[in-house]
Amino acid sequence: MSYDSHHKKENFIQKYIFSVDHKIIGLQYGITSLLFLLFGFSLMLIMRWQLAYPETPVPLIGSLLGETGILLPEIYNSLGAMHGTIMIFLGVVPLAVGAFGNYIVPLQIGAPDMAFPKLNAASYWSFFVGGVIMIASFFTPEGTARSGWTSYPPLSIFESGQTMWLLGMVFLITSSLLGSINFIVTIVQLRAPGLSWFRLPFFVWAQFVTSFLLVLAFPPLEAAAVLQLMDRVAGTSFFLPSGLVYAGSVVDVSGSGSPLLWQHLFWFLAHPEVYVLILPAMGIVGEILANNTRKPLWGYKSLVYATVFLGFMSFIVWAHHMFLTGMGTTMSAFFQTTTMIISIPSVVILTSFFISLWGGSIRFNTPMLFALAFLPMFGIGGLTGLPLGFAASDIHLHDTYYVIGHFHYVVAPGTIFGLFAGIYYWFPKVTGRKMSEALGKLHFWPSLVFMNGIFMPMFIQGLAGVSRRLWDGGQLYAHAQGVLQWNEFMSISAFCLAAAQIPFILNVLMSLFNGQKVDRNPWGATTVEWSAPSPPLPHVNFEEPLEIYRGPYEYSVPGANKDFSSQTVK
Amino acid sequence: MQVPYVVDERPDTGLINSKLGIWIFLASEVMLFGGLFSAYVFLRMAAPEGDFAYWGSKLSIPMATVNTLVLITSSVTVVLSWASLKLKDFEKYKLYMGLTLLCASIFLVIKYFEYTGKFHHGVYPSSSTFMGIYFTLTGLHGLHIIGGIIVMGYMWLPIGSKLWETDPEHFTNRVENAGLYWHFVDLVWIFLFPVLYLL
Amino acid sequence: MSGHGTESIQEHIKVYLTVFGALAVLTILTVTASYLDVSSSEAIFLALTIATIKASLVAGYFMHLITEKQTIVWILILTFFFFLVLMFFPLITVTDQTGV
Repeated sequence: MSYDSHHKKENFIQKYIFSVDHKIIGLQYGITSLLFLLFGFSLMLIMRWQLAYPETPVPLIGSLLGETGILLPEIYNSLGAMHGTIMIFLGVVPLAVGAFGNYIVPLQIGAPDMAFPKLNAASYWSFFVGGVIMIASFFTPEGTARSGWTSYPPLSIFESGQTMWLLGMVFLITSSLLGSINFIVTIVQLRAPGLSWFRLPFFVWAQFVTSFLLVLAFPPLEAAAVLQLMDRVAGTSFFLPSGLVYAGSVVDVSGSGSPLLWQHLFWFLAHPEVYVLILPAMGIVGEILANNTRKPLWGYKSLVYATVFLGFMSFIVWAHHMFLTGMGTTMSAFFQTTTMIISIPSVVILTSFFISLWGGSIRFNTPMLFALAFLPMFGIGGLTGLPLGFAASDIHLHDTYYVIGHFHYVVAPGTIFGLFAGIYYWFPKVTGRKMSEALGKLHFWPSLVFMNGIFMPMFIQGLAGVSRRLWDGGQLYAHAQGVLQWNEFMSISAFCLAAAQIPFILNVLMSLFNGQKVDRNPWGATTVEWSAPSPPLPHVNFEEPLEIYRGPYEYSVPGANKDFSSQTVK
Repeated sequence: MQVPYVVDERPDTGLINSKLGIWIFLASEVMLFGGLFSAYVFLRMAAPEGDFAYWGSKLSIPMATVNTLVLITSSVTVVLSWASLKLKDFEKYKLYMGLTLLCASIFLVIKYFEYTGKFHHGVYPSSSTFMGIYFTLTGLHGLHIIGGIIVMGYMWLPIGSKLWETDPEHFTNRVENAGLYWHFVDLVWIFLFPVLYLL
Repeated sequence: MSGHGTESIQEHIKVYLTVFGALAVLTILTVTASYLDVSSSEAIFLALTIATIKASLVAGYFMHLITEKQTIVWILILTFFFFLVLMFFPLITVTDQTGV
């Protein structure tokens, strides 16, 4: 069987637009999601202007917001709902799973492609259509959704813009479902000879568990989205109780529905979703730590078991988002307990990573800086989750800025730093060139400082009781007066964080053309993707059949002639 | 190198890719209908006592019983169509797959009469939460029936069935997978029928 | 599924037809049972039990789960567990509610 690419000549459309090659699809996901991330970030910058300088015209784009240029409450709510939606569903997950997962997983398991290449293309285009629908909602007369990314009824049934959000979500959910089926089958079936389960890189385990979360947790939300669509357009009242009064009159529906039903179906997905947000990034950090300490990851098996356990537990904690809905003490205690238990595997993973540093020959390149920063940042995010997981303290903290601070620490200087680390680390594999270290550090250090500048004060505001989703940032509340001055501080940090991304954008663009050319394994890494040429061959990836001889992190093996032993070299 | 284990089983798992893929897809479908069944239970608890029983009594048990038997028949015909392929009898395959498609179409026709009958009496999804969840559950199930007809139709017509000539094993696997999907659709109905019509 | 000889397929066909018969009978049974004068929880139990038996026959024999590989069976067991969680936990949060 000849190993070289014997595919027929493809035209431009087949090769780049509707490609079935996982690398092209991964890049499509990557570029699209990075653009969405930038857009979602910009929405937040507008919001932060309003919070820092209430009822002052927004500079530059104020004319788009109306005659006064001031951000009105309805628009603030729109931006808030879309910021969350876009960052999660159009930005982070497509980047972490669609881009990194698609590009790297087949390479790390020594496969020529994903198990179902056409399905892979379908996943991307479904994501694309969902994204277009979401963005298109900005340009409709109704405007975008503005009931939070959580879309709670009754508000979401009556508020404008929600219908397109729901339609967009159906496409996005379909994309995720098709993609995760592909990942699971690929990882189970296409591992190269010799690549047993416990020789898999931690990144692959992370993507494997993530895919199970997506495939089993998303469908109930799809069901719920259909129900909400019907409440909006077909006059049903799945989520509307009897006797509901809206805008002064009793709503004309059959009633006896339940807003709580939406919350249960929503959070059944949305809780596992947060582990979807973090696991791929943890996987990336693991790869980079091993590589830049020149040591195996400490506690590989614990990492694997912790990840699997985490995935399982993630399905039975969701109602900790609902502690204030009037649940009785038994169920509150149940969810509180499972929530406390789920913190254990996270701690195991983080501890494993910290211990992995001990005695390492640490190289402080840009990917390593981001990977190292991930550790304390995720630590803060995780620890601040604990008071939220206890029902009693959650009574005080629920729906305050404390929550926003908590989850942003995990996703922003947590996951996104992990994803940045991955971009710097795998850029040479995709392009054959390294990114600039100087620009990388110029990106990293200010980003680290300003991330903390934005999110640390949120704990202070939250503890003081400042509610989230307030257009005026708490101006009218007596209990907020003592902490309002942080608004300007946080906003300025946000604008500076934006500026700090410019070196990154320049770095990516410039390095594509002028970056230092490197051989196929510039980092001296052990895992299988580094055995492929850079970029790997179209459709087949590797030049010859592979066999795997050892585990994923055989660094500094005593007696070896190099400080790393590749998985694919005998 | 092509993607392996499309037709040949991977030794350690004993599976071909599409078999694993279709089962994972069906697992996700279990959760999809699970979400709606969960909604049904929740809404029944939230509704006034006897409300669901009252609205449920408006459904036609005879029509649904016939539909249940129709789907069960289509389930056995589809598995017999696969068995025919294993016995290399393409003509029998076409017969049984054709019968499956016929049964599926009968199901939809009866459903059509059920729905239009309701509308004619002014009963819509908006009439009550029971009717809402009834139309949604059976509607989504009906969409899955249509999807099945499209896929199995493709396998029955020359456009899809010509694969039998060039790669009979691959074609047989495709028919098996389509059959698995179809059995799942039957499974959902096995629960929908008592829950909506009888309880 | 390789390795199925002609005779074993013929055996399978016999099984399929038997299962079909059983399913038809169970369908009639479940309809008849719905007219019995029992409490609502008994009716639910009866209906779901019969449905589960029917479903097991379809899943086990028509879908070949009875001889299916471990990987798939375990994925389905996991799925079924989460399905039960989804079915019952929201319900329990309501029945366990304060002040209701």
